[in-house]
Amino acid sequence: MSESKKGLNLTLKVWRQDSAKAKGRFESYDVPNISPDSSFLEMMDVLNEQLINKGKAPVAFDHDCREGICGMCSLYINGRAHGPDDDITTCQLHMRKFEDGETITIEPWRSNGFPVIKDLIVDRTAFDQILEAGGFVSISTGGIPDANAIPIPKEDADEAMDAASCIGCGACVATCKNSSAMLFVSAKVSQLALLPQGKVEASRRARAMVAKMDELGFGNCTNTGACEVECPKGISVSHIARLNREFLCASLKQ
Amino acid sequence: MAILNSKIPEGQLSEKWINYKDKQDLVNPANKRKLDIIVVGTGLAGAAAAASFGELGFNVKALCYQDSARRAHSIAAQGGINAAKNYPNDGDSIYRLFYDTVKGGDYRSREANVYRLAEVSNQIIDQCVAQGVPFARDYGGLLDNRSFGGALVSRTFYARGQTGQQLLLGAYSALGRQVQKGTVKMYPRTELMDIVVIDGRARGVVVRNLVTGEIESHFGHAVVLGTGGYGNVFFLSTNAMGSNGSAAWKAYKKGAFFGNPSFVQIHPTCIPVHGEFQSKLTLMSESLRNDGRIWVPKHKADAEKIRAEQLRPEDLSEENRDYYLERRYPAFGNLVPRDVASRAAKERCDAGFGVETGKAVYLDFKHAIERLGRDTIEARYGNLFQMYEKITDQNPYETPMMIYPAIHYTMGGLWVDYELQTTIPGLFAAGEANFSDHGANRLGASALMQGLADGYFVLPYTIQNYLADQINVPRISTDNKAFKDAEQSIKAQLKKLMDIKGKQSVDSLHKKLGLAMWDYVGMARNAEGLKKGIAKIKEIREEFWKDVRIPGNTDTINLELEKANRLADFLEMGELMARDALNREESCGGHYREEFKTPEGEALRNDKNFMYVAAWEHKEKGDPKLHKEPLVYENIEVKQRNYK
Repeated sequence: MSESKKGLNLTLKVWRQDSAKAKGRFESYDVPNISPDSSFLEMMDVLNEQLINKGKAPVAFDHDCREGICGMCSLYINGRAHGPDDDITTCQLHMRKFEDGETITIEPWRSNGFPVIKDLIVDRTAFDQILEAGGFVSISTGGIPDANAIPIPKEDADEAMDAASCIGCGACVATCKNSSAMLFVSAKVSQLALLPQGKVEASRRARAMVAKMDELGFGNCTNTGACEVECPKGISVSHIARLNREFLCASLKQ
Repeated sequence: MAILNSKIPEGQLSEKWINYKDKQDLVNPANKRKLDIIVVGTGLAGAAAAASFGELGFNVKALCYQDSARRAHSIAAQGGINAAKNYPNDGDSIYRLFYDTVKGGDYRSREANVYRLAEVSNQIIDQCVAQGVPFARDYGGLLDNRSFGGALVSRTFYARGQTGQQLLLGAYSALGRQVQKGTVKMYPRTELMDIVVIDGRARGVVVRNLVTGEIESHFGHAVVLGTGGYGNVFFLSTNAMGSNGSAAWKAYKKGAFFGNPSFVQIHPTCIPVHGEFQSKLTLMSESLRNDGRIWVPKHKADAEKIRAEQLRPEDLSEENRDYYLERRYPAFGNLVPRDVASRAAKERCDAGFGVETGKAVYLDFKHAIERLGRDTIEARYGNLFQMYEKITDQNPYETPMMIYPAIHYTMGGLWVDYELQTTIPGLFAAGEANFSDHGANRLGASALMQGLADGYFVLPYTIQNYLADQINVPRISTDNKAFKDAEQSIKAQLKKLMDIKGKQSVDSLHKKLGLAMWDYVGMARNAEGLKKGIAKIKEIREEFWKDVRIPGNTDTINLELEKANRLADFLEMGELMARDALNREESCGGHYREEFKTPEGEALRNDKNFMYVAAWEHKEKGDPKLHKEPLVYENIEVKQRNYK
């Protein structure tokens, strides 16, 4: 907008950690005159430009698409995954959500499953490993029937799409007091179980993915629903119920 | 000219791909295990190729700079993927998809490649559905379609506004299945630093581990680049922050020719620039043009009032609005191709009819909401509207969206033959990284189609034709001198960068390059400006090598160093883009030279002198050398594009 909005003067308390093994600490920085129309990560860019100009090391943080879909950004801001707004990722958070003079605390995801590797960057390869364990339909390229050969009820396709919108950011794990990855796992299990193509191996998939999740040190789900609240894509905990159903069926069949 | 052999198979257009597959060499299953393929990039093209190679039994190493293969920028594609299924019974066919793509590309793409693309498009949809991609469906349970620019049929399949995400997650799941089986080994947070060529063939890569900073070599019997486009040379674009052209540029400097580097797509519907601190531009999907109507005020006085916030757009009456696309192009209306829509927006804004900062036009859903109801619009575009509101703090259900063109996609890329092989034997390029299918302008929903076509259905065949006579080539040790030399020169370059210790940050220099590119090599180009641009780019390049400041070390995560490496290549690439634009004395598709236009201001091609692919060869000393691949159209009548 063309009206000149007053810039925000902010204090940032940022988690700094030189490497996976190093001990981390908070450091405080003042950033003056931030436009309320800039995004949170643009504000971080301003901070880094400031640090570089002073000859200091910029803050390392993950980000890529900056439009809320790649799932790479991962900041814990003022005690909330992706900060003080609903249904968004950190890169979509805008500074108009903050007040002039505010102190903002910025931390990485904290979970045994996601070790910090530098400053605000964590290692989320555990998520890849969980999906590699079973988050697919076992078909190879080619030799496939026509796409319209099997009609799928619109409601099922829509619900599968709701589950499939997971961006794998890890906010659910970061938010869960048990560091459980159940929302993430259930989103994939549920998406594929809802579709005839994925239904065939639904039980095997649920078993394999849950086993991998446990092996990698993620905690159990105790149904607090905190993950759903912080999920930037609004993925519902009802998928966890479906996962439990598939998992139970799988266990009974064993 | 013999140096460029496009290897187009014999026969009728519709039989070329069949003939090729019938006659090509294949590798037997026992030998596939002995062959290593390196795939760089895990977007649609890279992930689909790596997964398919793994399924066939090859040994695959796949690397990406992101922390996971799933984050490649294909994920951000919103609107959809084209295929010639003709499910809506509205007259589509393989030939029509081929025709629309060649015409949309303003007759600067290779017929045989485009026809094959249209041919395999249907298999892509089958493949993705089988993987569990939740495409939109109608109440009968069958797949739904929407329309995109440059087509008179509805052939675009979609998964809400997240089609790229769903297709990529499909390819990523296929890749994950191979990782689990052990046929593919993944290297995330790994950046390509150079391609190793031994005895004239691509034999591997040298990479930097972005976490430890280690420089590592990997041997491959073949190397595939699925590394995307180079739109970030402009600094501001719809690309991801990390998207870069370095892999293609390294290949170019090792001898691969670069095709049509000046062909850049400027997307008409992006959220306008809002300030100096802006880091990237956000696309609003082309699918919005199905229901949204684009306009500016008919009278300058109203535009001025709107800019001064004395008048709100929703209060401006119908007769005082100029739906300029519908006015100028009645046949296609708001669904003209991207290059046409972008230029029309720029024309209105340059003439003083722009809104907000003067560099914005409206995309209005008022009529669509009246006609279809808010619920329908929300079901179709809800996530896009939400994204718009989060960024701009305005509600597009109530006031029209504001949009302006932005850099989005690069049609240019590494020159490849029909087999997607570059001029370096054993080095292949797929998806946006190659130049092959979109000519001078890509149609909406065709990038996803091409990425997956190359990865699932083209490379798994053509790479075997190359590898069939490589089965007796033993794996070359990475202690080989060629690998060691490459590692040494990379280490030297990193040290050189770190030692500059200048005053300017990488981003501040990148912004300077971006401005020069936008001003001189952007939407409207002319000879004088391009020459100025070349001089300016050289100046910024010198400044970079004298004055860049990169804090930290090379042996840890160093994001500034990563950016500096990429910018060093952009600073060379920008110059080649300007040279190519200067050489091409015509307007075609996204390449618009102000000196060459029709009386109505439309792009004016010069088929007599420029119906060719410009393939540039790097020279260690002196200027790059231009090679021309003539384009021959035997199955399509070449016409002035007309969307009226």
